[in-house]
Amino acid sequence: MCLTCGCSEEDGAVLTDLQTGERFLMHDDHVHPLGAKSTEQGHTHSHGHSHSHDQGHSHSHEHAAGHDHPHTHEHDHDHPHTHDHGHEHTHSHSHDHGPAHSHAPSTLHLQEQILGKNNVLAERNRGWLDGRNILALNLVSSPGAGKTTLLERTIRDLGGELSLTVIEGDQETANDAERIRATGARVVQINTGTGCHLDALMVSRGLKQLDPPANSVVMIENVGNLVCPALFDLGERAKVAIVSVTEGEDKPIKYPHMFRASEVMLLNKIDLLPYVTFDVDRCIAYARQVNPRLRVISISATKGDGLAEWYAWLRAQRG
Amino acid sequence: MHELGITQEIVELAEARADGRRVRKVVVEIGRLSAVLPDAVRFCFEMCAEDTSVAGAELQIIEIPGTAKCRACAGMVALDRPFGRCECGCTDLEWLSGEELRVTQIEVE
Ligand SMILES: Nc1nc2c(ncn2[C@@H]2O[C@H](COP(=O)(O)OP(=O)(O)OP(=O)(O)O)[C@@H](O)[C@H]2O)c(=O)[nH]1
Ligand SMILES: [Zn+2]
Ligand SMILES: [Zn+2]
Ligand SMILES: [Zn+2]
Ligand SMILES: [Zn+2]
Ligand SMILES: [Zn+2]
Ligand SMILES: [Zn+2]
Repeated sequence: MCLTCGCSEEDGAVLTDLQTGERFLMHDDHVHPLGAKSTEQGHTHSHGHSHSHDQGHSHSHEHAAGHDHPHTHEHDHDHPHTHDHGHEHTHSHSHDHGPAHSHAPSTLHLQEQILGKNNVLAERNRGWLDGRNILALNLVSSPGAGKTTLLERTIRDLGGELSLTVIEGDQETANDAERIRATGARVVQINTGTGCHLDALMVSRGLKQLDPPANSVVMIENVGNLVCPALFDLGERAKVAIVSVTEGEDKPIKYPHMFRASEVMLLNKIDLLPYVTFDVDRCIAYARQVNPRLRVISISATKGDGLAEWYAWLRAQRG
Repeated sequence: MHELGITQEIVELAEARADGRRVRKVVVEIGRLSAVLPDAVRFCFEMCAEDTSVAGAELQIIEIPGTAKCRACAGMVALDRPFGRCECGCTDLEWLSGEELRVTQIEVE
């Protein structure tokens, strides 16, 4: 049990820095260096403060039930939620009204975005990256489609031209990060444990540890999963979906959310086309049905086919 | 899957807003195009609410249908999955509703 926050120390994703060997357990709004005792000193509480609004500002708010407030209220209340300054934020909070008011005091009308916390953090990451002119891409695919292989190859081919660093997401092991490290690139591994996707908070911790240089490229390899990574904005410039010819050509309509959320689809392992039954045109037609604006590039991450087009797209994103 | 985390968020939002009071009911809107399955949220709710001020609360899910506007002819298209085709043949659609994912009401004691 963590004495400061009361959280169970076993829960949470683990961040590993392959270069320094440091490991951290990530909790909601703070991290625990792993191996160290859970003392006050071993604990960095970074944010997640509550603050009060005492300036007497007024909010407009909506009541869905069809009644009107002819008044504005002044507040002197506490918001127990984290709150980002300078971001779009639906400020819907509850407050009690005095007895002069007729509606049932027990019903609170809200407009709380369920993914709001993640979205706010993703915007914060985006601002952080923009400020340093760093291009971040979120690579998504089913397990084994070839994300790590593509990254290894991209780093080897473009290493002299671009500064590339990597955030690796996997449920377990640092195997992918070790592969990236072997190319000489800076990399941190995030192990999500039971979690099946990266979220913006994990990436924000990952970025702090990675400390990518200005004007560089950060590749975020998401957990192999075509479902939930579509829902979690990480602050990336674009999602790049990878699908391989060993998976069946109907992946784009079986997992439409992911292909809709992506800007590019890389059709990988085309060197295997002579050995598998895979209709390339059909796959692309399905993908376009879901996302008419999708850019499709056929590649072989191992043999090198089509990579020139991928690199051209990558360069174009840097502006 | 991700519905577990989503349901945890719902419970946390309700708990924060209830500010110590017991929550009797939570109303959420889930759009048909949101990639979140209402049944899975219902399934997770009781477990997520356990040992919180939301324990025992009723969960009401309002499902919002998907609608879109065709980018070619401006015609309206109803969507029950995250893609579709306008009568004019165009698949480039601007989504108008169906992505909702929010807590809209709680009842506290
Ligand atoms: N023939 C062929 N094999 C490939 C290609 N790209 C990747 N592979 C192989 O596919 C397997 C999986 O590749 P990875 O790069 O580990 O896939 P991944 O998407 O990173 O996998 P996870 O991180 O586990 O989700 C490895 O055996 C690769 O060698 C390709 O273009 N052609
Ligand atoms: Zn803790
Ligand atoms: Zn107010
Ligand atoms: Zn603040
Ligand atoms: Zn990988
Ligand atoms: Zn997930
Ligand atoms: Zn049309």
